[in-house]
Amino acid sequence: MADVSDNTALSGSPSVPMKPVQVKLVLLGEAAVGKSSLVLRFVNNEFQENKEPTIGAAFLTQKTRVEDKIIKFEIWDTAGQERFHSLAPMYYRNAQAAIVVYDVTRAASLDKAKSWVKELQRQANPNIVIALAGNKVDLVSDEDDDLHPDELDGDEEANEDGDDMPITRQVPAEEARAYADESGLLFFETSAKLGHGVQEVFNEIARKIPIDQMLMPSRSGRAGMPGSNRIDLNNDGQGIGGRGGSCAC
Amino acid sequence: MDEQYDVIVLGTGLTECVLSGLLSVEGKKVLHMDQNDYYGGASASLNLTQLFRKFRGEEKAPEALGRDRDWNVDLIPKFMMANGELVKILTHTNVTRYLEFKQISGSFVYRDGKVSKVPSTEKEALTSPLVGLFEKRRLKKFLEFIRNYKPEAPVESPDLDLPNVPMSQVYKYFGLEEGTQDFVGHALALYLNDDYLEQPAIQTHKRIMLYTTSMARYGKSPYIYPLYGLGELPQGFARLSAIHGGTYMLDKKIDEVVYDESGKFVGVRSGDETVHAKVVIGDPSYFTNKVKKVGRVIRAICLLRHPIPNTDDVDSVQIVIPQNQVKRKHDIYVACVSASHNVCASDYFLAIVSTIAETDNPQEEIRPGLELLGEIEEQFVYVSDMQTPVEDGTKDNVFISKTYDATSHFASVCDDVKDIYKRVTGEDLVLKQRPTQEEEQEAMANA
Ligand SMILES: Nc1nc2c(ncn2[C@@H]2O[C@H](COP(=O)(O)OP(=O)(O)OP(=O)(O)O)[C@@H](O)[C@H]2O)c(=O)[nH]1
Ligand SMILES: [Mg+2]
Repeated sequence: MADVSDNTALSGSPSVPMKPVQVKLVLLGEAAVGKSSLVLRFVNNEFQENKEPTIGAAFLTQKTRVEDKIIKFEIWDTAGQERFHSLAPMYYRNAQAAIVVYDVTRAASLDKAKSWVKELQRQANPNIVIALAGNKVDLVSDEDDDLHPDELDGDEEANEDGDDMPITRQVPAEEARAYADESGLLFFETSAKLGHGVQEVFNEIARKIPIDQMLMPSRSGRAGMPGSNRIDLNNDGQGIGGRGGSCAC
Repeated sequence: MDEQYDVIVLGTGLTECVLSGLLSVEGKKVLHMDQNDYYGGASASLNLTQLFRKFRGEEKAPEALGRDRDWNVDLIPKFMMANGELVKILTHTNVTRYLEFKQISGSFVYRDGKVSKVPSTEKEALTSPLVGLFEKRRLKKFLEFIRNYKPEAPVESPDLDLPNVPMSQVYKYFGLEEGTQDFVGHALALYLNDDYLEQPAIQTHKRIMLYTTSMARYGKSPYIYPLYGLGELPQGFARLSAIHGGTYMLDKKIDEVVYDESGKFVGVRSGDETVHAKVVIGDPSYFTNKVKKVGRVIRAICLLRHPIPNTDDVDSVQIVIPQNQVKRKHDIYVACVSASHNVCASDYFLAIVSTIAETDNPQEEIRPGLELLGEIEEQFVYVSDMQTPVEDGTKDNVFISKTYDATSHFASVCDDVKDIYKRVTGEDLVLKQRPTQEEEQEAMANA
């Protein structure tokens, strides 16, 4: 399930329809849980130790291939508006996917994550695919090489008992997983720092997105789809309505 | 929160949000607050709960209307001109990336008790049922002249020296009937009353050109509209501001605007916290003692279960009722959008009928508009004062926006934005093209 960041790498296989399907994906979660770090890991495969609270681009794209389709994630980061409970509904409007992030070393961040999930289920697109990501697992594990969630389940008792550890896990994986299962969410534990689980979150979301449904012209697609009245302001638009020529103004 | 900002902005209406966005991009430290728990102020789009809370108090929305998330009901009826200034601001700041737009499907005008498509090209003029046979030729000639007019080129008659003759003279030159003048002045140039007849014709030329070039851009009407309602516009600019460091606080009680002994703005108090800034920008509701009333607008938000009759069953439309046609001094507008714009549940249509109130019984004044709608499922009527700042803000560093007026599109809002921008910064607003998303991402990856 290779992640592909440029088009040329894809054009090799002729049977594949090359038009990527755009998927709007939003990140939500308490401040400093690592939302931006997860995006940075996924898009640029890098990590910054003392990342500033998000300002800047807050809007990145990345392509991923799922089976015979290419998904182009359009990734929205929160830009800090949620800090004072002032996130605009526009943010998660018509998002097809969301990653709700908490920090495994802070129990309160899971509560916050749960309230975001509730908000999404109430306000967002009813078909939205939501993934719950427990980030910063590198802080609570001795084991650096392989941190797939399944394996983590096994050894976290040991970690929690380790009183001498400066940072302890506050959210057991099973607790979060049970919550995710009962709420219909995908669940992962991740480390943006080490890159663990990050690709997996995005890949699993890509697989769960109801792509065929999205390709139906009536329901979606971004601006400029033929047949709809949608328009793309960044294109000149001359003639889209089949009129252009009759008025030379 | 006891911090120093460059600018505090009060109210998240479109004017305030565009200014926040522009100033944040330029590196100003902006704090943006709103007493409401939603974005958009007077230019918000409300969900069902918010709509009923605003207009019906305790009364809950009927279950049959469905879920909150399906409704985004505009408080003010405006459409965007495809070639207008707001589109320019949106594309230059790249706020377009957060929004999706659709065309409004029709532009209609009322004449002699009937609604018909507004003809905007010579070809349409020739087939329009709006005008009689001989008038068609005259209208065609007039539109041809407007389209080909160049300010620097010589004109064939002193009657056509547009900067220096009133519009009435130009109409006379082409021999246009009064009914035709009504729709040219009100449905193409979108004047709200007949004052323009005695003003320089060049202004009318400019407005007709805006209409016709906007029309030519996408084809069905000169108007475009953001999916999920007009309230998406302020939210888009608020995000632009936030991304450039703007701080956002909704649902924030503003207890006091604080001034020094000389009456200059120093800060804003909320509870026992005070935030300081050099200047404050805000909508009139935050500065009731610094604004004056210049008129009233009445708006009736109507929920329908059908398209507006006699408009070819389109999903969205604007209808202009020129003042003369109903013996008034100001036009009545009808603006309609529907489920295909993600503003209401499927099978519903939202129409707003509005005009500038001329009497003590404005409800009666909008009747000609309401009568065009057919059966109305729910109706929310409100009259609001139009307010404008008493002073320009240079003395006290308080810069107040104007209330959203009764015009059909956003030209006056953009004028207000530019005007406030200039008063706050001392410079003209020059829109620079912002880097695209791809360019930004490239720069990040290479950093
Ligand atoms: N150890 C560890 N630190 C992390 C991880 N992810 C993020 N961090 C650190 O946590 C801090 C916050 O990360 P951000 O990515 O900025 O978090 P955010 O959720 O985007 O924060 P806001 O934008 O302020 O809401 C930074 O100092 C990161 O370096 C992780 O997986 N492991
Ligand atoms: Mg961040």
